[in-house]
Amino acid sequence: MIGNLPYIAVIIFIGLGIYTLMFKKNLIKIVIGICLLENGVNLFLITLGYRKGAVAPIYTQAPSGQSMVLPTPQALTLTSIVIGIAITALILSIAMMIYKHYGTLDTDQVRRLRG
Amino acid sequence: MNLLNHTPILIIAIPLLAAFLLPVIGRINKKTTGIFTTFVLSISLILTILLTVKILSVGPQVYVFGAKSPALTLPSGLKFPIRIMFQIDAMSIFMGLITAVISFVGAIYSLTFMEQHSGLDKYYSLLLLLTVGIFGIEFTGDMFNFFVFLEIASIAAVALISFRGVNLGEPVEAGFKYMVVSSIAALIVLFAVGIFYGKYDLLNFAALASVIKYSQLDKIALGLLVPVLAMKAGAVPMHMWTPDAYSEAPAPITIILVSASQASLYALFRVTFSLYNITLNTLSVGWIIIILGLLSMFIGVTMAIIQKDIKRLIAYNAISQTGYMLLGVGVGLAVLANPVALSKYGITAMEGGIFHIINHAMYEGLLFLTAGALFFRTGTRDLDKMGGLAHSMKYTTIFFIIGAAAISGLPPFNGFASKLLIYESVYRFNPLLSIIAMLVSILTLASFVKVFHSAFLGPKLPKFKEVREVPRSMVWAMVVLSCITIFFGLFPDLIVKNLVHPAVMALIEQFKYTGTVLGGI
Repeated sequence: MIGNLPYIAVIIFIGLGIYTLMFKKNLIKIVIGICLLENGVNLFLITLGYRKGAVAPIYTQAPSGQSMVLPTPQALTLTSIVIGIAITALILSIAMMIYKHYGTLDTDQVRRLRG
Repeated sequence: MNLLNHTPILIIAIPLLAAFLLPVIGRINKKTTGIFTTFVLSISLILTILLTVKILSVGPQVYVFGAKSPALTLPSGLKFPIRIMFQIDAMSIFMGLITAVISFVGAIYSLTFMEQHSGLDKYYSLLLLLTVGIFGIEFTGDMFNFFVFLEIASIAAVALISFRGVNLGEPVEAGFKYMVVSSIAALIVLFAVGIFYGKYDLLNFAALASVIKYSQLDKIALGLLVPVLAMKAGAVPMHMWTPDAYSEAPAPITIILVSASQASLYALFRVTFSLYNITLNTLSVGWIIIILGLLSMFIGVTMAIIQKDIKRLIAYNAISQTGYMLLGVGVGLAVLANPVALSKYGITAMEGGIFHIINHAMYEGLLFLTAGALFFRTGTRDLDKMGGLAHSMKYTTIFFIIGAAAISGLPPFNGFASKLLIYESVYRFNPLLSIIAMLVSILTLASFVKVFHSAFLGPKLPKFKEVREVPRSMVWAMVVLSCITIFFGLFPDLIVKNLVHPAVMALIEQFKYTGTVLGGI
């Protein structure tokens, strides 16, 4: 049971992220929703590679016979985090531009494109 | 070292390198950035054509990164591939060919269309990055790599959609929408990748395809992948970003965005056909795709008729045309487990759907470029404010007629060829679907008659007295696309037999896809 705790955290993260994306009207909060979703997915990936009592996957320094955690999910997560930073930076700068042109961050008022 | 063995990576590496060189070149001479981009994309185009010839004659190609030889998928003693690889079969290269042509045409068109803008070095860098992302989505044979390329394409696309956002509010609004949609899509794809990795310890498409079982977890992964990929492809009911993004991006970017949406469509087909194939319940998943297609066709075209903004109108028509591809390939998927029906009409339906992808890219590109040409000279996209432009923009008018006839499925243009294939094969699956498809085609024609009437016909308006034909580079870009449109319409047999049929067979025959990586065909 206690081993499944990270997965519950993943569900909470993703659930909160989707809730924020669906019901919040502030552009910055939407960005936060995306970040929550991203953290949930990253946590999911890193948890997949975890093995109980295993050591860090550095082949040359591991004591023999000891099991190691999986290195691939860690590499994936690292890449995903880097991409996530790029996305957050870009989307925040776009939110800033929207504020400059519209004078508001409320999604109900940022609606010149319709129909 | 034989460079020809490295074509798959060179197609991507050359534009990627050039994208980061461009800001430096822009420092030295601003004018040359556009010409340099066109040159780089023409190299990519030539390499793609070379690779197409090779794949169609020799068979699928694999390119393994970091291995001793690019074809070494399984280092000795291993049962499954561990390295990242490109896996390019007839379907991938079919999509790659579209991307190469469209991005090349977009670069030519940009030469004069974007001339007045500042920050052109960044524009062209992003254009190259977008092209790289799309190529990557189409060529990759690795799930995680697919996610990375998806993100590269969306980040570049967002920056390009909001490129005019320095002075205007609407482009940034469209960019925000697109960014939210594509980052959610990409994260959910990553989640599905995590599920696959957790279950099978594999990231390679082909290796996954050979062991996949369609258990509960696989169903969840499929349920995550199909909606988000359909969302990125712009299918109704997840289409809300499409008209905004297509209409606010500069015209040459819009046509590359169409290609990006089609890359997601390709990924959808790749997942359903190459990854799951007959392990999944083909009839129900096929019907889900057919219904997505029907909704896209019908809602797309009804929304198009009421638009007043020319680019929004064409964008809604793009959604509607995406429906045809989903319909054709969906019928193929629905009868995949039934060999008799598959050979009777399933393959033809899929040929129609896949052929429609390339046709759509060409005539939709042409229409968006003519809309861009109108905007370039009149400064407006509002159909109510235009009129009588056929007097002063003769070439643009002809190109528009060609594009509009092709999208409405009139012979002898290419839209007719692929739509006829879809009609006759879908009719044997379910007559009602075929009738709806024809009805949508008529409505499409109606919406373009409206555009033609309000923009081109009528007396010459005094406010457009100064309007002239667009500059030469824009005309040439449109000439390329309309020649392809007419050529495909006149010789559909040639294209279907040599390009489309191998692509369809590459999708259907899963064992070939897995066999190229795992050996033992």
